[in-house]
Amino acid sequence: MSDKQHHAEHSHEEHLREKHLMLDPLPRGKMNEMVMEAMLAKPTWKWWLVFSILAAIVAYGLFYKWGILIMKGQGEAGVMRPDYWGIFLVNTVFWIGISHAGTFISAILRVFKAEFRRPFTRAAELMTTFGLVQAGFSVFMHMGRVWLAYWLFPYPNQRMMWPNLHSPLTWDLLAITTYLLSSTMYLFLPLIPDLAMARDRSTGWRKNFYKILALGFRGTEGEWTHLRHAMNIFAFAIIPVMFSVHTIVSWDFAAATRPGWNSTIFGPYFVIGALHSGMGAAIAVLAVIRGTMKNMSYFIRGEHFDAVGKLMLIISMGWAYFFFNDYMVQWYGGDKWTQQLLHFHEAGPMGWMWFAMLVCNIVVPWAILWNPKWRATPWLVATVGLIINVGMWFERYIIIPVSVTINRMPFTWKLYKPGIEVPMSIGTVALFILLYMIASKLIPLIPVWEVQEGQMAHEFKKFGRETVVTVSELE
Amino acid sequence: MIRPEEIKMSAEETGKWGMVIDQDICTGCQACVAACAMENNITFVGEVDSGYGRSMHWIRIERFWEGEYPEVKMTPQQPMMCQQCGHANCEPVCPAFATVHSQAEQLNLQVYNRCVGTRYCANNCPYQVRAFNWRDYQRPEPLQNQFNPDVTVRRMGVMEKCTFCIQRIHKAQDTAKSEGREVRDGEFTTACAQACPANAIVFGRVDQPESLVSQLKHRRHGVKHLEELGTLPNVTYIKGG
Repeated sequence: MSDKQHHAEHSHEEHLREKHLMLDPLPRGKMNEMVMEAMLAKPTWKWWLVFSILAAIVAYGLFYKWGILIMKGQGEAGVMRPDYWGIFLVNTVFWIGISHAGTFISAILRVFKAEFRRPFTRAAELMTTFGLVQAGFSVFMHMGRVWLAYWLFPYPNQRMMWPNLHSPLTWDLLAITTYLLSSTMYLFLPLIPDLAMARDRSTGWRKNFYKILALGFRGTEGEWTHLRHAMNIFAFAIIPVMFSVHTIVSWDFAAATRPGWNSTIFGPYFVIGALHSGMGAAIAVLAVIRGTMKNMSYFIRGEHFDAVGKLMLIISMGWAYFFFNDYMVQWYGGDKWTQQLLHFHEAGPMGWMWFAMLVCNIVVPWAILWNPKWRATPWLVATVGLIINVGMWFERYIIIPVSVTINRMPFTWKLYKPGIEVPMSIGTVALFILLYMIASKLIPLIPVWEVQEGQMAHEFKKFGRETVVTVSELE
Repeated sequence: MIRPEEIKMSAEETGKWGMVIDQDICTGCQACVAACAMENNITFVGEVDSGYGRSMHWIRIERFWEGEYPEVKMTPQQPMMCQQCGHANCEPVCPAFATVHSQAEQLNLQVYNRCVGTRYCANNCPYQVRAFNWRDYQRPEPLQNQFNPDVTVRRMGVMEKCTFCIQRIHKAQDTAKSEGREVRDGEFTTACAQACPANAIVFGRVDQPESLVSQLKHRRHGVKHLEELGTLPNVTYIKGG
């Protein structure tokens, strides 16, 4: 082999190392240190500034305004006849959608052994839990007498009254509760080894905090075997739960007797929509983590944005297919009220939103994500992710308050104007970011053991003159 | 194969109490709306909320017209209230069993105490006749003397709707029971029917074929609104007769 050839070979290897986290291993201790350093870094004044602004928005927009809403009634919001459902339910569906991608990235990619998932499963799983918190808040904001919300749960009582299992809202409540509990457990299981790592490397109150949460994990072979089994069961079990949750959310609408809602395609249409907005949010979260936390550009690289960008593109195409399918089937049905409604969507006063939805959900991702170079640019992909989220919020807005404007009693037709929902919605967004900020200081955001596991499985092997990457099965 | 006429209707589907509204003689005077509000302790929501679509009436007069101004032709007025469906869309969707079907009266009941305000029933009602208490509306000083003691006063956050004046039904039933007989058709009527100066609203027993309401109901021009949805409404409209 000549020197030149050797050099080319070498630089090829270097190039791959630079690009792929799995081929660029660092010692376990070093990675632990990097993650701990990122977590324990003393908050800067900028951090505190953002923190206090968000906290103020949450205190005013979410809690103070919610208090007003409870005191004065739903009349403070924009709801009326015929728009009995407004932005609160838009937000509920939106946040459940966001929470979907967390589990999707983590569970589906884990089951299919997609290697690029390794450094960001944790950040995605957190999104599930934090998104569900907002969804829960939003659905309770919507209730006329929220102080009686416990009546929706099957609790023992003297009158032997149970929730009505015929109601899609009851299915919804059960599905979301199941999802919240299972996704929280699924978040916690892979966190245990990292909590143990943090416990061994911290002092003071943190030591006690991690000690309790790590459940005495020491990293013995037996413990790892149990953990792997548990995680495997959860990864498989949570996938059908995830699909069922958003299908059931769609049934709140699809099971109703309303033009525009009563559509059999709503189940898969909502699932793909949830993934669409969820992937967009996940990539935006990743970009923020990479941009603001120490040592994160080692763990989160262009390849990850590239891989998620591809997924986003495919999901966007899937969403476009289901959107067209839903529109087409409803239009072909020929029901006169549905015809009115579909016409109202594009030509009515909210037509701008309908077109903006199509631009945000289809045109923008298709125009940008096809290009590998652009796809590997974190800020660009994150921006596309945020735009998709705007589009998906519009989609839910069109499905709920815009669609219920048109019903079978033309005398009641009236367009919805949001009121107190606006500050409260901003409050949920602020709380979502705030929870992430707090979590970034308390929980190792990168699952170090998972990254290391991947790095151990990958190696360069020489076959004759070719250097190839091999992946071995560890489990 | 079963032919449609062979299908036996259950008691729920035929109903017990029913109403016939003659749109040809309705003048749209709104006396029924006022009478209903008095009888059933319905609150007044004020100008602003009413203009925004939050008016609380259990019965409303729908006005439509055909053509463009100035060539406008009024179509008959259409009083609209809860149709007391035999297969009501509102009932299965309530997660708290706050709206249920009465076995005794064959009416859709609204249990105010049980309502938590998800508003699914109102959303799913194809007739859009449910009214929600968006706020605790003020009732200025002397007006509380006007309350009907037989009807619950509702508070903020609960749904309500036309009950076919169930308090009057119960009163008549109590009287009949104490006299050891059945309730006679025409013995009492609902507030709206009582107030109608044109007698456009007729209320009575639809399960008794000889009653006035049953006979009117079977007239050639009688239609039930949105019957194609399978809601089995108990209100019949007569138009162009």
